[in-house]
Amino acid sequence: MPVPILKQGDTLIASVVSALTDDDLIQLRDDLAKRIGEVRARSVVIDVTALDVLDSFATRTLRGIAYTARLRGAETCVVGIQPEVGFAMVQLGLTMEGVSTALDLEAGLAVLAAKKRGAHPR
Amino acid sequence: MNEFRVAIEREADIVLARQAGRQLAASLGFSTTEQTLIATAISEVARNIVVYAVHGEIVLAEAADGGRVGIQVTAIDHGPGIDNTDHAMRDGFSTRNSLGLGLPGARRLMDDFDLESEVGHGTTVTMRKWKR
Repeated sequence: MPVPILKQGDTLIASVVSALTDDDLIQLRDDLAKRIGEVRARSVVIDVTALDVLDSFATRTLRGIAYTARLRGAETCVVGIQPEVGFAMVQLGLTMEGVSTALDLEAGLAVLAAKKRGAHPR
Repeated sequence: MNEFRVAIEREADIVLARQAGRQLAASLGFSTTEQTLIATAISEVARNIVVYAVHGEIVLAEAADGGRVGIQVTAIDHGPGIDNTDHAMRDGFSTRNSLGLGLPGARRLMDDFDLESEVGHGTTVTMRKWKR
């Protein structure tokens, strides 16, 4: 199932609502890269609250999305990684190096707003 | 004993396999955190089937050993096999441009892990997790 992408100001919000297949993730990557240009987005939030597993492929793809977005001039924040999902990622050896993360959508928007101002969030 | 088989033919089957694994783990009384570790490990070994062997299956079963109860996950394929299983178990080793964390990562997520592979015949990964 494709991930819906909402636009709010210069922010794109992708809310994952169900388990993602590899194809869904690649589709999200391509959709976001395109939409960033179309709406001149400066920020991207990817909400993964609904995901019960983030394996090595998903993590690598999310990181790829964030790096690609940055090359297109937008900062990405991944929000909503569940506690047990985070625990499994650490045991697997996965990191989100170079990608902002935040507890939830609200916190993610605050992180990105602070980045845009060139300040560090509290 | 209950046994569930999930055919792995395409990448969408990876999601089915890990959901079936989570369900069985939940019915065996594993905690939500342990269910997630098991589902993630299944995801990694199922992906290896799709990437390297194309076809295979994941067999999920209850495991028992003395008084212990656990879950056994077997990933079976008849693909090309693994040339060097020591390399395959090393963090960061991959022949397919992935992170190379799949098998060593799955081993860390589970309690028991066994990899058997024969070049030209296929690969079987057997892993178990025991209830605390």
